[in-house]
Amino acid sequence: MNQKYEAVIGLEVHAQLSTITKLFCGCSTSFDAQPNTNVCPICLGHPGVLPVLNKKVVEFAIKLGTALNCGVNHKSIFARKNYFYPDLPKGFQTSQYELPICGYGFMILKDDGEVEKKIGITRIHMEEDAGKSIHDQSGFTFIDVNRCGVPLLEIVSEPDLRSASDAAVYLIKLRQIVQYLDICDGNMEEGSFRCDANVSVRLKGEEKLGTKTEIKNMNSFRNVEKAINFEIERQIEILEDGGLITQQTLLWNADKNEAAPMRSKEEAHDYRYFPEPDLMPVVINKNWEAEIRKLLPELPEAKRERFIKQYNLPLYDADILTQSKAISEYFENTIQFTFDYKLVSNWIMGDVLKILNERKISISDFSIGPQSLGNLLELISTGQISGKIAKDVFMEMLLTKKEAEVIVKEKNLLQISDVTKLENIITDILQRNNSQVKQYLNGEDKVVGFFVGQIMKETKGKANPKTVNELLKQKLNSKRPN
Amino acid sequence: MSVSQSDVKYIAGLAKLKFEDSEIDSLTEQLNSILFYIDKLNQLDTSDVEPLSYPVEIELNMRDDILKASVSRKEALSNAPDSNDEYFKVPKVIG
Repeated sequence: MNQKYEAVIGLEVHAQLSTITKLFCGCSTSFDAQPNTNVCPICLGHPGVLPVLNKKVVEFAIKLGTALNCGVNHKSIFARKNYFYPDLPKGFQTSQYELPICGYGFMILKDDGEVEKKIGITRIHMEEDAGKSIHDQSGFTFIDVNRCGVPLLEIVSEPDLRSASDAAVYLIKLRQIVQYLDICDGNMEEGSFRCDANVSVRLKGEEKLGTKTEIKNMNSFRNVEKAINFEIERQIEILEDGGLITQQTLLWNADKNEAAPMRSKEEAHDYRYFPEPDLMPVVINKNWEAEIRKLLPELPEAKRERFIKQYNLPLYDADILTQSKAISEYFENTIQFTFDYKLVSNWIMGDVLKILNERKISISDFSIGPQSLGNLLELISTGQISGKIAKDVFMEMLLTKKEAEVIVKEKNLLQISDVTKLENIITDILQRNNSQVKQYLNGEDKVVGFFVGQIMKETKGKANPKTVNELLKQKLNSKRPN
Repeated sequence: MSVSQSDVKYIAGLAKLKFEDSEIDSLTEQLNSILFYIDKLNQLDTSDVEPLSYPVEIELNMRDDILKASVSRKEALSNAPDSNDEYFKVPKVIG
């Protein structure tokens, strides 16, 4: 990026809420239902029906507002945002405009230089999702109304972000918060957590904002970062060539790695907002708000600090383990069965996460439960198997779904810690490898590795490495001439 | 405040309404007479008055997040000008 310029970025995030029913009717929000089966006269937009607000949505909004340090408006109103599109049967989206449920708040994040930044949250408001359009070659568009009326919270940030990586950090943190609050599953690929970015650039030191563009259709963190970087570069190039930025909406194309303007027809936006006459103002009394605040779960940062203090974990570990609520719970469940917290942390960060990434599954679909992993690691802690053997047992557990103890027993993998037995093996190996013994005595310490290898081979990896090392050194040194 | 004929055409376009030119004349006139009346109201100083979005002072009733039976797909699709077994069919939106 040209160093003369700085980018100014604000994000609009839509979080689809994990309520059971829709915003204004009792239809299910489940997204894998057959097309047009979760519908009723209200979400179909039939004339004469009356919407009734889902209390849970208000609760979720207050929770998120509290987590993002927002003020909660004790009176907020719904508004109609008017536009015609076939996936919006009513001809307007019920949203909030002038008085949203949550006002100004902020999030503190660290940029890649570990500098703390305060990112303002302009507002959070409640609104309904639209349906889905399916286009095919037939000359028709097919409409599924199931998603119509599914509740969303829109979280609008101030233009406080200064780079694509800032934006990604903000987004990751916001997703972490909605997941911890259990109000949204945060799945960007499936569209339950969506992000639009407003991007402009200006010369460094300039106060006035440049003309902004809006980028849509970025369905992963990576794409958000790529799309914003693309747009920053594009705008700088235009300005450097003496051109002007056109205010417009761009669609990110992940296959082509570029953003192209949306067709102007889809863009003609004059929403003519007005207060929704079918819904009275949403009034939140202080007692209810206090009750909801009390229900707020432990948030990611607090949990991370607790992991450091309570389990004596390094910041790095605590950070990784608390990135997802499910992983942090998996950790805390596992340590019910074994006491070496750091060992559990290492295994989750390494072996477990590796498998999850490879198989692209979430921890809830991981076949080795916390108790099974805890029991496996307890076998290491108590010296019954070595860490190396444990890796094999772990893979075997994945494969056969058997418990660690069973596998260890079946395959006779218990560690050999018996001193006499190991001494005999070592004596034997030293006898057979006289030249290496001489090398050692001549100061070539690295042949120790060779002997350990031989011993492990002889015991099929079951020798207790610590005992082997001690005994081996003892034996070798006893061969030194006095 | 008043509206011109092109304002009226623009608003009609947003509402997907089509009018003859002669109708636009009378609509512009009618809208302007309404706006004239609003202008009259605007002469009052309302700087200390909170905007009134709703004429009655009732709070919103909310419902619990409990599933209710939806209508059948057949019923849902039955009012549509065009549909197949699963979807509403509309003229192609984008190419």
